[in-house]
Amino acid sequence: MQIDIKTQAVTQLRQTFSHVARYLGNDKPASRYQEATYGLQAETNFHYRPLWQPELELYDKRRTQLVMKDWYVLRDPRQFYYGTYTITRARQQESMEKNIDFVERRGLLRNLAPAAVEALVLALVPLRHLEWGANTHNCHVTAYGWGTALTQATMFHTMDRLGLAQHLSRLGLLLDGNTGESLAQAKALWLNHPAWQGLRRVTEKMLVTQDCMEVFFAQNLVLDGLLYPLLQNHIEPHCAAEHGPAISLLMDFLPQWFDETSRWVDAVTKACVAESAANHDLVAGWLAQWGALVNDALEPYAGMVLGEKGPQAVKAVEAILEARVGKLGITLDRAVA
Amino acid sequence: MSSDTVFIAFQANDDTRPIIEAIEADNPEARVAHFPAMIKVDAPGRLVVRRESIEERLGRAYDLRELQINLVSLSGNIDESEDEFVLCWN
Amino acid sequence: MNMPAAPNGPKKLSLKENYALLTRGLGWDTSYEDMDKAFPLDKFEGIRIHDWEKWEDPFRLTMDAYWKYQGEKERKLYAIVDAFQQNNGQFNVVDARYINTLKLFLTGVSPLEYAAHRGFAMAGRNFRGTSARIACQMQAIDELRHAQTQAHTISQYNKFFNGLHDPGHMHDRVWYLSVPKSYFEDAMTAGPFEFVTAISFSFEYVLTNLLFMPFMSGAAYNGDMATVTFGFSAQSDESRHMTLGLEVVKFILEQDPANIPIVQRWLDKWFWRGYRLLGLVSMMMDYMLPRRVMSWAEAWEMYFEQNGGALFNDLARYGIRMPKYHDVASMEKHRLSHEVWGIFYNYTHAAAFHTWVPEQAEMEWLASKYPETFDRLYRPRLEYWRAQQEQGKRFYNPTLPMLCQTCQIPMGFTEPDDPTKICYRESDYRDNKFHFCSDGCKDIFDNEPEKYVQSWLPVHQIYQGNCFRPGVDPTAPGFDPLAEVLLYYGYHVGEDGGEYLDSPDRRNWEQWTGKPAVAT
Repeated sequence: MQIDIKTQAVTQLRQTFSHVARYLGNDKPASRYQEATYGLQAETNFHYRPLWQPELELYDKRRTQLVMKDWYVLRDPRQFYYGTYTITRARQQESMEKNIDFVERRGLLRNLAPAAVEALVLALVPLRHLEWGANTHNCHVTAYGWGTALTQATMFHTMDRLGLAQHLSRLGLLLDGNTGESLAQAKALWLNHPAWQGLRRVTEKMLVTQDCMEVFFAQNLVLDGLLYPLLQNHIEPHCAAEHGPAISLLMDFLPQWFDETSRWVDAVTKACVAESAANHDLVAGWLAQWGALVNDALEPYAGMVLGEKGPQAVKAVEAILEARVGKLGITLDRAVA
Repeated sequence: MSSDTVFIAFQANDDTRPIIEAIEADNPEARVAHFPAMIKVDAPGRLVVRRESIEERLGRAYDLRELQINLVSLSGNIDESEDEFVLCWN
Repeated sequence: MNMPAAPNGPKKLSLKENYALLTRGLGWDTSYEDMDKAFPLDKFEGIRIHDWEKWEDPFRLTMDAYWKYQGEKERKLYAIVDAFQQNNGQFNVVDARYINTLKLFLTGVSPLEYAAHRGFAMAGRNFRGTSARIACQMQAIDELRHAQTQAHTISQYNKFFNGLHDPGHMHDRVWYLSVPKSYFEDAMTAGPFEFVTAISFSFEYVLTNLLFMPFMSGAAYNGDMATVTFGFSAQSDESRHMTLGLEVVKFILEQDPANIPIVQRWLDKWFWRGYRLLGLVSMMMDYMLPRRVMSWAEAWEMYFEQNGGALFNDLARYGIRMPKYHDVASMEKHRLSHEVWGIFYNYTHAAAFHTWVPEQAEMEWLASKYPETFDRLYRPRLEYWRAQQEQGKRFYNPTLPMLCQTCQIPMGFTEPDDPTKICYRESDYRDNKFHFCSDGCKDIFDNEPEKYVQSWLPVHQIYQGNCFRPGVDPTAPGFDPLAEVLLYYGYHVGEDGGEYLDSPDRRNWEQWTGKPAVAT
């Protein structure tokens, strides 16, 4: 294409924005992730104290006990900004949609025996409420965290969790032939069934936890770090063995999504605990405290679905989390056990 | 029903041409105004976008949620179903 | 718990039913913890909600559809941005004066997109109603999109023009950028109901057309296809947000009659706050676009008087009236842009964009759009400035202006019934005197003085010595406080502000494109 300029005479004035150049150390071409991340959040000269928390500023690093010299080291290894995030999820959703279609057209779930439907509703559909809790907790971090590096990723995670809650709702609708009965049952189970009460209690406790980084670790590292391996390695295979492989098609997102998001959670965790001994101890303390709660919550759930194999499964996923956080530089005094 | 103006505006591009045509066909009182890169349709009181009318012009199935992609602005209360996207003042 | 499978295949779900099933009922009333502790912020404003289930979702977008449509929009947008960069599209604009609208946008508006992202995340956390939270969260992520796509698009202009290089830093410090910054922080520091009323309704629904339509149509008209693309792509989200705004207000009003006076006070406040903010847009439309789309007065008539009128007619059944001082805004429509441009012409050496005197043909356009005011009140001043400039005495105002305590704009607006007399209002509070540009701004202060005494007023802050870089010694010999303030702002002095005709932007433009500095 012919352009109406003498391109050779043009010397670019600068390679990137000044705030990005300051962060990178000099003016060099920056990635879209960098230009979408650094310098976005206001940092100073705030006008009014919040009516809802007059002791702090509008954005304030004191909304967590965790102390970081530079919150922008909490970068996302996926380098997600809005565009790459939505394009990635759209592509994944497309392939998930094929699975759902397949299951729906052949009635693979709604034609299961009533006892199987009942067992699957009991084991899986109440998770939609847990995901809705995870949505709210990540929204809390997005609202009150410091720095776009962290808060944009938690925003994406917020919406992921809503997507998962809706996906689990669709699973319910596939089981009940779109009547919504399974969803009503799942809610009753979530509210009343003894096996689900521990998980509901943990979720509600996070709702009243103010420290935004504590909420981050409690949900994304501890609860997810135990629950997702349990689902992936034990619950889903068990359900498939008992009730046929159709359910596996719908739980297909699990390993991929959990693996992808864990890389991000790991990067944040690693940077936080590497910052200082104080941070390390704080995070280790949260891990111990929330680990114990989640452990108590998972045992009845795992027991209900897996029967006598339940306790063993919970031990196995605890070992997985322990190994994982060990690699991230956290020393636990048998905290999660 | 009020006869105050409702409006809907789209980007002016090839995707929206059949949408505008469908709106004009379904809303005889609508007035279409062309702006740089944008087309604005005003109508007194009520304006309806019908899925079938768009499908006739597109020759394919159309999901009204696709309107989102090229929508620029609107005014009025919205009522959306599979078949119709309605703007009105009560 | 017996659940027989449907015999003849699954029930067909409508969009509405599907959305309701996937979304409604996700939330529950907590019992291990107190619900008021889980959602502690949605009652203190006095808004009474009896039944969150009455919330209507106008756009029923589940996440699968959200990813699909938004992903598609992003693919299209970035394809165009890539092509724009590869083809040096930044040189296709009419002339380099146009770039100044982008400077205003990137430093003044893009940071608000980000603030909206965080503000809606707060609302998306704090409402106890499930559907309301989801609607706010979707807007929260959309607003992040806008901040990021704007940074990515304008990034290319930043490589070739001045004044665009440090938007966040400037937004936190520069005097006129405290106008948009304080506007948004005012909303974010309020409770969640006031925030959504302010931003979703008063701004997005009532006023946003006056911001985006002129900017984007202006961009299209002036050869800036990149901005048109991100702008219109963002606008497609905006229509969802506007609809949320209308829904929020109707929902609150329908829940309890006691909510009506609270909402009316917010509508009054946020109409005036938003209108004052749009003063920046008015000068952009009438003065900064080399090729003009429509005048501020025409836009005000089309988007506020006509559409806004229809909207408030619709809300009358709830007992809501037009916002207070809307009539003043309409009286001012023939002078607003001229007064604001005058202020910036005075202080352009301390701004991150250029100003200039319009060309003769442009003055003719202004005269035709403002027959009652332009030739009589504003042309003589512009011609005087032009004459001074031709004698080498381009006028810069070396003093610091008094700012309105509420909107933070220099006190340059005139009396509603007398365009030749500056409007001054004041209030006494705790043994101090506070100054305002208008009755609207004075009312806002008088309703919440505790809030507005906190305003970080840039001029006060300069006089108090709070606008110097760390380590600078104001007692050193030869210390020039105003020069130092510009460094604190992050300006490249001599490049980022001042008269357009004297600017490096103008020289570069002529050298690089061979096109005239001022298009004819």
